[in-house]
Amino acid sequence: MSSEQLTIASLTDRVKSVAVGAPIADVHFLGDRAAFVCAEEKVALADANGEVSHVDVHSGANLCTASDGQRVVTGGDDGKVVALNAKGETSVIATDAKRRWIDNVALHPDGAFAWSAGKTAYVRSGKGEEKSFDAPSTVGGLAFAPKGLRVAVAHYNGVTLWFPNMAAKPEFLEWAGSHLAVTFSPDNKFLVTAMHEPALHGWRLADNRHMRMSGYPGRVRSMSWSAGGKGLATSGADTVIIWPFASKDGPMGKEPAMLAPLQARVSMVACHPKQDIMAAGYSDGTVLIVRLEDGAEILVRRNGGEPVSALAWNAKGTLLAFGSEDGDAGLLEF
Amino acid sequence: MSELSSQKIPVTVLTGYLGAGKTTLLNRILSENHGKKYAVIVNEFGEIGIDNDLIIGADEEVFEMNNGCVCCTVRGDLVRILDGLMKRKGKFDAIIVETTGLADPAPVAQTFFVDEDVQKNARLDAVVTVADAKWLSHRLKDAPEAKNQIAFADVIVLNKTDLVSKPELAEVEARIRGINPYAKLHRTERCKVALSDVLERGAFDLDRILEIEPEFLDAGDDHHHHDHDHHGHDHHNDHSHSHGGLKHYHDEEMQSLSLRSDKPLDPTIFMPWLQNLVATEGQKILRSKGILAFTDDDDRYVFQGVHMMLEGDHQRKWKEGERRESRVVFIGRELPEQMIRDGFESCIVA
Repeated sequence: MSSEQLTIASLTDRVKSVAVGAPIADVHFLGDRAAFVCAEEKVALADANGEVSHVDVHSGANLCTASDGQRVVTGGDDGKVVALNAKGETSVIATDAKRRWIDNVALHPDGAFAWSAGKTAYVRSGKGEEKSFDAPSTVGGLAFAPKGLRVAVAHYNGVTLWFPNMAAKPEFLEWAGSHLAVTFSPDNKFLVTAMHEPALHGWRLADNRHMRMSGYPGRVRSMSWSAGGKGLATSGADTVIIWPFASKDGPMGKEPAMLAPLQARVSMVACHPKQDIMAAGYSDGTVLIVRLEDGAEILVRRNGGEPVSALAWNAKGTLLAFGSEDGDAGLLEF
Repeated sequence: MSELSSQKIPVTVLTGYLGAGKTTLLNRILSENHGKKYAVIVNEFGEIGIDNDLIIGADEEVFEMNNGCVCCTVRGDLVRILDGLMKRKGKFDAIIVETTGLADPAPVAQTFFVDEDVQKNARLDAVVTVADAKWLSHRLKDAPEAKNQIAFADVIVLNKTDLVSKPELAEVEARIRGINPYAKLHRTERCKVALSDVLERGAFDLDRILEIEPEFLDAGDDHHHHDHDHHGHDHHNDHSHSHGGLKHYHDEEMQSLSLRSDKPLDPTIFMPWLQNLVATEGQKILRSKGILAFTDDDDRYVFQGVHMMLEGDHQRKWKEGERRESRVVFIGRELPEQMIRDGFESCIVA
């Protein structure tokens, strides 16, 4: 292992350090500017040269974030949903009447957005119409389907597929346990949740067949679809776990690929938007770029410090941003 | 271990039947001049007057774990809230979770055993139960939740003592002791209790087992535990008898059971026995604790558990001249006493 690390290709000297100055919860790109969402109050916008400007978004914790490349939307423990655009302008786009925590946000390509507070999920369409849905328990995760206006609402004992614009009864996908993050495959054929226990659960939407993806030592906190939706890369183990979704059966009866093993837990994953490569962040602070085909690794950041808590590529795939729980952040240009 | 656990945020769980005075105690804690900041997790958000910067409304969602065990439950909302609170590290020193009057404390406690992320950042400090001196005796008869909360407690604040006579107070204390002789009991009016008596107790800290509560087992053995055989269990709801003028109750449903041995235990028999016991009888066992002297082992081994969940570790060397005595306590509902006694006996090295 150690001799291998000595010979690993390294890009560490090309990383531009970003002075975020606070623990980082997430990162997104607005054009070529990286938006580092801090754990509390602020977003730090950084350009490719690492120049930073701070923007206030919430008066407390930034609990959840989402981005469509045009804006970053955040939910806070101040009961507000805030949108931030590429110019660094913010606006409060929703406020919870009871000032409850905003636990989840999601964005739709046509401008609609969704959020949840407690058991209630809300959708505001691009035209400004607001609808709500009461889940049977606290909403664990929200995701828009890639097509149409359909929202997956993850909760205890399953996921509800809600169609805000239709009178039809929401469709309930049942599976015992607490479901948190939820994601549709880019081809709209599969739905996957990260559960409270260290496992994923999936449904093939054509026939609601179940897929159990277990064996993780820790809870899966980060999921990312590879280019073209061929695989789902996940955190939670001491290797990157990638489940195959290229065939019509998805990962049913198949083994996942296990890449980039380290003596640390993978904490964040981010697949490149166009090529079959990905970035992985670890609990010991390491960041690697990994080629999916053969697992070849390039070192982006050495180990040391707190876990990597934020990782993202820009839409063109020319910039990689990472951030850690202790506020260390960097940008790498290709 | 100590150094690590001290960096974790301590969490105090405040339980008690409706009207016992939980909110009074909470406000007392918050208003006292202690220089500390608390994050307070309450149910019934916004309906009660609590003066604090950081108040979070909880839904008391009890989730079963996917392991087929019905008693392995956690508070799903607590997992989520603690996760969110950790983003505000440094803004508060401790967390207080107030449960509803009807809540079972077990899922709250188990959340700290089961969830990896919760465990990393926070530690359960103690379960504090506020009880109403005037009404507790009634509630113990008609409300199983009240009995649970007493049985589960590390600290019991027996409140509203000004509303009862001395004999009534002795009566309710005897009833509490009949269920849980190990908790620290404080008699109060309007929840007037020293903060150090309810906070920073370290009741779930293996390092502190039996050290802050020296009477933990002394009281158990002499005070409560005696041979049950002569009762013949005549199915009254309870019965009392006196020892040296003190009244004793045995709750038919909820009891504590104390075991001890002067001879060392065989760890290769004891550990599987204990694990099997909580696996099969865990639903009945609310709390368990023990200090163990194993054969050929110079370290004290300590353990504690909630229902089926156990944690244990070597604690420290036995001190020079210290009596190497093993002591185990179970508090639970309809405990299979003889079976537990026989099992424990079989672990003693002859």
